[in-house]
Amino acid sequence: MTASLRTEKATKIYGKDNTAVMAVNEVSIQVQPGEFVALVGPSGSGKTSMLAMLAALLSPTSGIIEIAGQDLARMSEKERARFRRERIGFTFQANNLVPYLTALENVELMLRLNNKLDQAGKSRARQLLERLGLGERLNNLPSQLSGGQQQRVAIARALVHRPDVVLADEPTASLDTERAFQVVETFSNLIHEQNRAGIMVSHDLRMVKFVDKVIQMVDGVVTRVLDTRTQIEALSRAGSFEALQSFQEPQPATLTPSLTTPAEKPRPVKPAPAIRPATVQTAAG
Amino acid sequence: MSIYLAIKEIWRNRGRYLLFSLVIALITSLVLFIAALAGGLANANKQFIEKLDADLLVYQENVDLLASSSRLAPGKVREVRRLAGITDVGAIGFSTATIVFTEGREPVDISLIGVEAGKPGDPKILQGAGLLAKRDDEAVIEQPLAESQNLQIGDLITIKTVQGTDEEFFELKVVGITDQRQYFFQPSLIVPLTTWDKVRPQASNEPNGSGVIANVLAVKLQDPQQQVLAAQRLSQLVDGIEVVDKPTAIQAIPGYAAQQSTLNTQQAFTLLIGILVVGGFFQIQTLQKVPQIGVLKAIGSPSRSVAFTVLLQIILVTVIGVTIGSLVTLALALGMPNNVPVLFSGPSVSLAIAALLLIGPLGGLVSVRLALKIDPLTAIGLSS
Repeated sequence: MTASLRTEKATKIYGKDNTAVMAVNEVSIQVQPGEFVALVGPSGSGKTSMLAMLAALLSPTSGIIEIAGQDLARMSEKERARFRRERIGFTFQANNLVPYLTALENVELMLRLNNKLDQAGKSRARQLLERLGLGERLNNLPSQLSGGQQQRVAIARALVHRPDVVLADEPTASLDTERAFQVVETFSNLIHEQNRAGIMVSHDLRMVKFVDKVIQMVDGVVTRVLDTRTQIEALSRAGSFEALQSFQEPQPATLTPSLTTPAEKPRPVKPAPAIRPATVQTAAG
Repeated sequence: MSIYLAIKEIWRNRGRYLLFSLVIALITSLVLFIAALAGGLANANKQFIEKLDADLLVYQENVDLLASSSRLAPGKVREVRRLAGITDVGAIGFSTATIVFTEGREPVDISLIGVEAGKPGDPKILQGAGLLAKRDDEAVIEQPLAESQNLQIGDLITIKTVQGTDEEFFELKVVGITDQRQYFFQPSLIVPLTTWDKVRPQASNEPNGSGVIANVLAVKLQDPQQQVLAAQRLSQLVDGIEVVDKPTAIQAIPGYAAQQSTLNTQQAFTLLIGILVVGGFFQIQTLQKVPQIGVLKAIGSPSRSVAFTVLLQIILVTVIGVTIGSLVTLALALGMPNNVPVLFSGPSVSLAIAALLLIGPLGGLVSVRLALKIDPLTAIGLSS
């Protein structure tokens, strides 16, 4: 199967010379259509920079970022903006919705951006919101919706234009646990139903319960990949890798052969003399 | 897309945007009133000179083009009249007087202007007859004066002036009505020059008998295009005179230039304040929307489209504000009493409105630039 998303030795270095900071160090991953992946890691691990590169918001310093067979690194700013609105769906941690547009208008916005707001599109937007339990809230402004409802509108907006890849940046950060589980479960269901490649960045490991694969990043490199239901559910229950280690057999997590990570096991980054792991410029990484 | 977002945002926040449009409306009213006041005051000062059927004006030398100080003897008039290239010359005298009424009405101060019948300076008659040199008890009054004082052709009016130290009263018959020709903020009453010389206020020891001493000569040229050349030639050939065109004469009216420059400065500053107010408002608006604009860009809105949305909003709010302000000003102008010196002239109002419409986009340029520069990475809390 052709991967919807593929990175090969994707690297991001901020700054130059003495001020250079390596945020992402030669990360190679693949996500298939219909696969939902969680990108987890502590603050400063590089996951947000990674997400920014996958979202065509940031160019890699080196390496390949490929979505639907197109190399994002080779695109101009204008081409990347077009790529984002046509091929990528995005939900954010906060300020997700345009405050002066209703729930339905916010979802239709993606179709407007792509000049595809026809009857079919309108009905798809409506159906998605109804599917997400917001049928009664179509004409409500974001300020009239709860945090969970706003996130669900954002999920509908991320999916309505049928993107190849759907990215979610900490979608549960502002929600209570119950609502957070509901949002991630719905997100997961839709990604599987619609056969999209989904990546969710989260620091809350309990939320990985609904994903197909967990990729852990530490100091800019991929340190672990969990891809079996047992491992993922165990991690979700444990809530942290450390806790997972303590109540599981003391064995390292397995690595999938399809993933070519630069690290076979957790290891510290060995930066070039002028390069150190990113902590300064990533606000939520 | 930009139009859709611009209109949606304004509509959903219509209270806030309407309030801001009202601020622009107030600025518009202020600018238009200052422009009208400048026009009205200028008019009240210069109208008679401006409407003179003359190409050049002759003053006595070294009086700073001050009509009341300029004294031109009949000999000078003859000298100027004889020169080639000059079609006609009219001697004009300026002074002030008061029309008094018997039935307890308030007296009216006027500009008493003496002109030579049929010569430059003699006004165009709208109603009734013109002045005749031999009829020294006749006068022409301007229409607004006739209307405000309910004067008609054939009415007798009494003029009061001070001769020496005594008040003297003269009776004149209104024979004609001309269009509005204010001079020095007063309505004009125009009489033959010889009559003017008799009734004008004067000190008792003023020389008399050598003919009428005029203040200014209105000169009509055969070729009006040769104004500069003719003025130079006149100054060279006739001693003791200064020759200027009408705009120069108007600028020399006491207080005229200072008053106009003051009002123009006020107008410019009001426009500047407008630019800063619009700039400040939209700057704050855009700063508040940085995360939202970041999200819009992150989901694929082109930067230009986002900036165009901001520009459209600025234009819309400005147009609404200027329209409201113009309509309010128009309504107020219609109800304005006649004695308030405001003049809403087409060109000055159009210029002021054009300037007002420009203040929005000009003030908002910083916000548009800011919107262009917002990085979509802000949507995920990163900066490039």
